[in-house]
Amino acid sequence: MSFSWAKPYEPKHPVMRWLDERLPLPRVIYGAIGGGYPVPRNLNYWWNFGVLAGIFLTIQILTGIVLAMHYTASTDGAFNSVNQLIMRDVNAGWLLRYAHMNGASFFFLVVYIHIFRGLYYGSYKAPRELVWMLGLVIYLLMMATAFMGYVLPWGQMSYWGAQVITNFFSAIPVIGEPLRIWVLGGYAPDEAALTRFFSLHYLLPFIIAAVVILHIWALHIPGSGNPTGVDVKDERDTLPFHPYYTAKDGWFAAAFLLFYVIVTYFLPNYLGSPDNYTPANPLATPAEIVPEWYLLPFYAILRSFTADFILPAKLWGVLAMFSSILLLFFLPWIDKSPVRSGTYRPLFKRFFWLLVIDVLVLGWVGGSPVKPLTVAVGQIAAAYYFLHFLVILPLVSRFETPLPLPMSITESVLHGSEAEVAPAPKTQRRAKSATAAAE
Amino acid sequence: MATKAQSAEGPAVTGGDGEGEGLRRRDYLKVGAVAFAGVGAVVAIAPLFVQMAPSADVLALSTTEVDISKIQPGSGIKAQWRKQPVFIRNLTPKEIAEADAVPLSELRDPQTLEERTLPGHKNWLITLGVCTHLGCVPLGIGEGENRGKYGGYFCPCHGSQYDTAARIRQGPAPKNLFVPDYTFTTPTTVLIGSKGKK
Repeated sequence: MSFSWAKPYEPKHPVMRWLDERLPLPRVIYGAIGGGYPVPRNLNYWWNFGVLAGIFLTIQILTGIVLAMHYTASTDGAFNSVNQLIMRDVNAGWLLRYAHMNGASFFFLVVYIHIFRGLYYGSYKAPRELVWMLGLVIYLLMMATAFMGYVLPWGQMSYWGAQVITNFFSAIPVIGEPLRIWVLGGYAPDEAALTRFFSLHYLLPFIIAAVVILHIWALHIPGSGNPTGVDVKDERDTLPFHPYYTAKDGWFAAAFLLFYVIVTYFLPNYLGSPDNYTPANPLATPAEIVPEWYLLPFYAILRSFTADFILPAKLWGVLAMFSSILLLFFLPWIDKSPVRSGTYRPLFKRFFWLLVIDVLVLGWVGGSPVKPLTVAVGQIAAAYYFLHFLVILPLVSRFETPLPLPMSITESVLHGSEAEVAPAPKTQRRAKSATAAAE
Repeated sequence: MATKAQSAEGPAVTGGDGEGEGLRRRDYLKVGAVAFAGVGAVVAIAPLFVQMAPSADVLALSTTEVDISKIQPGSGIKAQWRKQPVFIRNLTPKEIAEADAVPLSELRDPQTLEERTLPGHKNWLITLGVCTHLGCVPLGIGEGENRGKYGGYFCPCHGSQYDTAARIRQGPAPKNLFVPDYTFTTPTTVLIGSKGKK
């Protein structure tokens, strides 16, 4: 799709030729993840997480379809269908359930690494803005899906998570409360809410899969980025996806899945809350409501508004939480620096790592009980999060002097990182690298 | 129907060469047809939306009768109304005095205890047990639970503090605990969810 030297699909078997002439599906697959997709030759291991995310989506869909065969979506039956039927009676049910439960966590882990890779290497910049934005859409859909899935076992955390999260709607002025009641189909989470969450939890992963196809489609127009951020110039800069990257992704997926399988087998409940093994009780809130780990930073932002300021504190919290993600949609226009890769941006690189620490701190605060110290730390960290995107990034991209970029991907690979950042020997080269930096 | 539409289209195409009626008639037909189908589509989609609203069986649970004869001053019970907890608390004279002593200007959601109770039943504070922040059940109704700084209720989720009239005093909640409609059917029973016309 992307480069003129991409190998066209040539069916070898007569059956494939017959199919290709009528429905060119093998051609599409060959061009997307086969030998017909040229990929920069210098990708590092951070580039493996896109394929891994696809693998985890597949694991979630497969285990989810099977679990739905045994699950009962009713307030009387849900808890038992999960904790008695699936966990004890169904053959291998415990494995499928733990695989699904931990699969969600690993899916998020992989996607977070994938997102931060994009942040570091400027993957959101032109011409890949839509790739980035579609990725954010996937991420939002994942959060909705994970939330609704977490409600399904109808334990205490399920119930109170549903209560707290649907109450976000009630922060909206005027229409908020009617909207919340409409979303729940009642005044509090109950049968109606549980069954609709189940229906949507089954539907959304397929929507995610559809957006993933758009995400990959949009990516394959300019082709994959690479750690130098320098554009592909000729055929020497690329390798065909198959067999080179299928092999690399394959072995890395096997290694990473080992990590997943170890947690699933030996620490299946490590990432979950023990409160969810208590059946839902609409009359008593657990002492501490904590979302799953992957939502903690947002929970900390939500909680960091404690006083009214023009608008009610509750509305501020909800607005801040949603805008913390929504502002990422504007990132391609917030960070105006023409240099993509953080490797060549000395100032940007430091602030990137500060942001990583900031998000980890937010996660820690989100998981801690409400105390004056955690609230204060959370407020500082939440403020810094917005400061990073709204003030620091625009300023850095304006005043930073980037390091000289390599002439090409091939040169950076063959000369190693030292030659990469040193001024090129010939004056002609220097001029060229200066224009590359300015691009 | 189909043949009629086709025959109406026939002259429109030939008449459409100039700027005359034909073109306008075609436009009218297009707008009319699309608008008709559009209204039809909206009507057809409506059930998909209204099915989400609370169903008749949920709405049918709109009143609950509670016996309050056993509640001693200074304690309270948790009842259930519309699947949500309701706090029924028998205030002590000291708690009533504390609530009355607070100037309204200090409150985020200014209301007096009188406005939050029924006339002649100032000691019966009946509110939803649903924190107005994000819907947790605050502590303080059960024996020995943390009642927070102001002696009313304390929400463990995000730290909202309510006073003895269940008014928000500190923390992220925007409103006082909601006072549902209720009425005393006898001196020792309340009907929650009904305004009562006696």
